Amino acid sequence: MRGEVSSGLHRFAVLTACAVLGLIGAGGLVTSHGAGLAVPDWPNTYGYNLFFFPISHWIGGIFYEHTHRLWGAVVGFLTLVLAVWMQGAPARPWLRSGGAILLGIALIVAALAPSRWQDAVVLSVVGAAALVGGRFWPRCRPQPARLRWLSLSALGLVILQGVLGGLRVVKLKDELGIVHATLAQLFFVLMAALALLTSRAWGRFEALEGWRALRPLRSWYLATALLILGQLILGATMRHEHAGLAIPDFPLAYGRLWPATDPESIAAYNRQRLEARAYNDITAAHIRVHMAHRLMAVVVLGAVLLTWQRACVVLPRGHAARFGTGVLVTLTLLQIGLGAWTVWSNKAADIATVHVITGAALLMGFSLLALAAHGPRMQEPRVVSEQMPAPAPAGS
Amino acid sequence: MGFMRTKYWATQWAVAVALVWGPHLPALAGEIRGKIILKGNVPANPVVKDLSADPNCSKLVKGAVQVPMFRVGPNGELADVFVSLAGITGKSTGATAPPAVLDQRGCMYVPYVLAIQTKQTLLVKNSDPLLHNVHATPTAPGNKTRNEAQLAGGPDLKFSFDAPEKFLRFKCDVHPWMFAYVCVSDHPWFALSGEDGSFVIKDVPPGKYTLEASHRKLGDLKREIEVADGVVNVDFVFEAK
Repeated sequence: MRGEVSSGLHRFAVLTACAVLGLIGAGGLVTSHGAGLAVPDWPNTYGYNLFFFPISHWIGGIFYEHTHRLWGAVVGFLTLVLAVWMQGAPARPWLRSGGAILLGIALIVAALAPSRWQDAVVLSVVGAAALVGGRFWPRCRPQPARLRWLSLSALGLVILQGVLGGLRVVKLKDELGIVHATLAQLFFVLMAALALLTSRAWGRFEALEGWRALRPLRSWYLATALLILGQLILGATMRHEHAGLAIPDFPLAYGRLWPATDPESIAAYNRQRLEARAYNDITAAHIRVHMAHRLMAVVVLGAVLLTWQRACVVLPRGHAARFGTGVLVTLTLLQIGLGAWTVWSNKAADIATVHVITGAALLMGFSLLALAAHGPRMQEPRVVSEQMPAPAPAGS
Repeated sequence: MGFMRTKYWATQWAVAVALVWGPHLPALAGEIRGKIILKGNVPANPVVKDLSADPNCSKLVKGAVQVPMFRVGPNGELADVFVSLAGITGKSTGATAPPAVLDQRGCMYVPYVLAIQTKQTLLVKNSDPLLHNVHATPTAPGNKTRNEAQLAGGPDLKFSFDAPEKFLRFKCDVHPWMFAYVCVSDHPWFALSGEDGSFVIKDVPPGKYTLEASHRKLGDLKREIEVADGVVNVDFVFEAK
């Protein structure tokens, strides 16, 4: 039946979204351990193909960077599978053609560059899998056009994200790291949106035009999501300064409400820092970004509380969106606590990483609520109407 | 008459010798000597408590490792202070100077502070039986960031920098506690203080200079000096706050 979203596909989309959140956590561990450049080459790993790098070398900073790359490859693969699945049975010839092309490239690599045999092996395995798989899978009908395009966008985004991560390594540009981190958050939102939009719950939501109830909250959810995104960009900037904690105390900053940023004070701050790690010296800009992150946390908290208050006014008790907003309020408070703990723990890697993951979850939560409030029609209404009762007439 | 002839020939010989050997005789040059002292409470060096992130390092190094930020003698003698004539550029002889060496030994960089000239070759060795990545992170425009793998037993890596820069950091991202600093000078008149806090800068052309002493954590001290054909003694006293 055209337009019916299989529960298998939905579950796979959820799995992929969870994998992306895990990947963000792995990325957080990389920056928290200052290990982003522990593997100096890309796409190779110390000259090896990514999948052939010996486990005995997964030590120190390499462990975090290499597992992040491997996990990225897994997420890329899951996103590819999801995109193909969305296209349905018509994708099978494409899959077979793609597999044949990969096998051809593998043969060329093996013939022209025997030293790159590891690349040839990986290409041939993937190519053979696509060639064989394409004979049997996928069997379902294509999903609705919007979902298909979203899945292809996700595929493009994950490729771009991988290339950005690689360029950050070979170009040695911290700025690329900030873009990489921000794009990761947006990619997670997209994958979570795909998981939501392929769910039966979304089908019911569309059929019942549930977005109408959320309409008064559209701007609130969107604005809060954008504020959180801004806050995450500030956080990513702080992490990619590789300067450790620009301000080592909380709630004060160097014992004051607003720290001094004149050159003498900065020099004095740097003299005080006796770290056993190769942090960059802090600068006035680092301190300003750190303070902006703290102030933005207050702004975000205000926005979250106001949105929740509006949700309580607009939505009836027990409404899923009202409940979800309440959960996000709790998550926001937890996130602020984690931020403080990050400072008090002198940026302990595990705490800082949980802070990153919680930030991503917050952005995802408000983004999905904003999406729901805007109510795009993604699934075919006919199928859903067969499953669900028609919406009650107004006034009944 | 005989005396006059002898004097004439002696003068001729003296002129000839001066013409032939003159360029090779030492010109007037001074020497700057001094001692660096640290007063006050010496800050404790940070300690790397756990090297187990790389089990190979744990096997190699037993116990905790100190990052030698402050190398101070019993009477306050301060090592690793970069002493240099300030404000002189374009006088580097680094291109013809012998290479300097920065080693990776026991999962640490040795030495912690090193001084070289612009365009001088810096060889980075790996004496450890394990891999490192060598990541130079300059901040001065004109010096290039580089990050390269160096496997156990791998060939030395060659670095060279075009712009002067104090405390240019080298780090290993595999072992985050491994870092060292290289001071790059655009002239040959510099020195690093040794364990006894002393330093010597030789062959300094006579003149008036600003002598600058820089410590990675303690900052800079400056003195105006005048160098003639002889030894100038200049001591610096850093204060730990």
